[in-house]
Amino acid sequence: MNMSKTGILKSSLSRKYAMALTGLFLCLFLVGHLLGNLQLFVGGEEGRDAFNNYAQFMTTNPLIKVLSYLTYAGIIFHIVDGFVLTIQNRKARPVKYVVEKGNLNSSWASRNMAVLGTILLVFLVSHMQSFWYVMHFGEIEIINGVKDLHSVTLDFFNPAINNLAGVMTGLYVFAMLSMAFHLNHGFQSAFQSMGISHPMYTPVINFVGKAFSILIPAGFASLPIYLFIIQS
Amino acid sequence: MNITLKVWRQKGPNQLGAMETHKMTEVSGDMSFLEMMDVLNDNLIRGGKEPFAFDHDCREGICGSCSMFINGEAHGPGRNVTTCQLHMRSFKDGETIHVEPWRSAAFPVIKDLSVDRSAFDRIIQSGGYVSVNTSGATIDANAIPIPKHDADEAFDSATCIGCGACVATCKNSSAMLFVAAKVSQLSLLPQGKPESKERVIRMVDQMDLEGFGNCTNTGACEVECPKGISITNIARMNREFLSSNLTSK
Repeated sequence: MNMSKTGILKSSLSRKYAMALTGLFLCLFLVGHLLGNLQLFVGGEEGRDAFNNYAQFMTTNPLIKVLSYLTYAGIIFHIVDGFVLTIQNRKARPVKYVVEKGNLNSSWASRNMAVLGTILLVFLVSHMQSFWYVMHFGEIEIINGVKDLHSVTLDFFNPAINNLAGVMTGLYVFAMLSMAFHLNHGFQSAFQSMGISHPMYTPVINFVGKAFSILIPAGFASLPIYLFIIQS
Repeated sequence: MNITLKVWRQKGPNQLGAMETHKMTEVSGDMSFLEMMDVLNDNLIRGGKEPFAFDHDCREGICGSCSMFINGEAHGPGRNVTTCQLHMRSFKDGETIHVEPWRSAAFPVIKDLSVDRSAFDRIIQSGGYVSVNTSGATIDANAIPIPKHDADEAFDSATCIGCGACVATCKNSSAMLFVAAKVSQLSLLPQGKPESKERVIRMVDQMDLEGFGNCTNTGACEVECPKGISITNIARMNREFLSSNLTSK
């Protein structure tokens, strides 16, 4: 009987594996989501219809539906596991240091993953309310037989229609900045947690992680900025 | 040089502590930090006051006793040094220096700067034994061929002195670097292979039972480790724990 006494599922290391795997899975989701969103750069009726058909496909295709439920599960698991780990970590040091200089030995992002994650959670709730909820349950116009999510998106960042368009653009950029820092530590950290460490490959993973953490959030942030500017 | 010390004073376990201020004059830059603490205690005793309790033993950087969190860092400023190897020339004249004990639920304060690190001993014990031939015709350890790279890596892991700086400096009080070094030093060598699966599982289980926090890969431990032990050890432990659990019957 060699299995872990406390049970492999309850072990601190297994919680790390779960964080790593769900985190990397969510990175894949980000790539897909961004590629879809980039269609917003295409203007005119052509761009509108292409985006709306894409949105229709993403909400009705059975295979995508399975994938979306997996994504919801992944997000929830990542959040719950993150909270449990954070609480355990706080408990592990009941008396704090009077003077502590973490900046001398670790990156700011690595020490603030829970704060960054919480910002992303608040963003996620607000973001889903603004678009996902409207697409699924809200009142939405039908154009050429499909729901017009394109106009919902454009109007959201249009100061002539939404008074808060400027504020929302700012908040979206702030959320993406938080995501950049979260990914900056999270991406390479996931590999370390899974035990993937190698003198040759780890520097490559670190480089890809840094690039990912800059390019993906920058891509996302570019959309609200673009939509706000062209409509102002 | 003159310095102002703010040192943690705590009468005993589970009691409230606080920083206590002491001015020191004529401190030589050539004194080690512990020698400076000796002078402080000597002054306190001469003045009829209680000296500060702190752990120390070899004073040459190999026993791992001198656990002090100095100015926000384990073993103070400087890399690859223990408190006993830290000299007062590392500080500026007139500087205020904060001295605190390791702070972790798993390392309860005994008194002042002295903490109970027996959790580390229990983790080592949980690792169990290494099979050796005691039938009479014992083989010299050096008779077993070991690739140089493995021998070097195992040696690097084995330089861990169990000081607890990794736990002290980790924002989560995680003991991963310590446990990973102990797991690695044996699993990298053929002598440690027969029990390697059980060893990693038992040691990680014990680590969790002791109430250490979880690793968030900040990397602070490897920076503050007086022996420069790398977090690649932690990655090794992570994959050994996973594979050992998946392949155990």
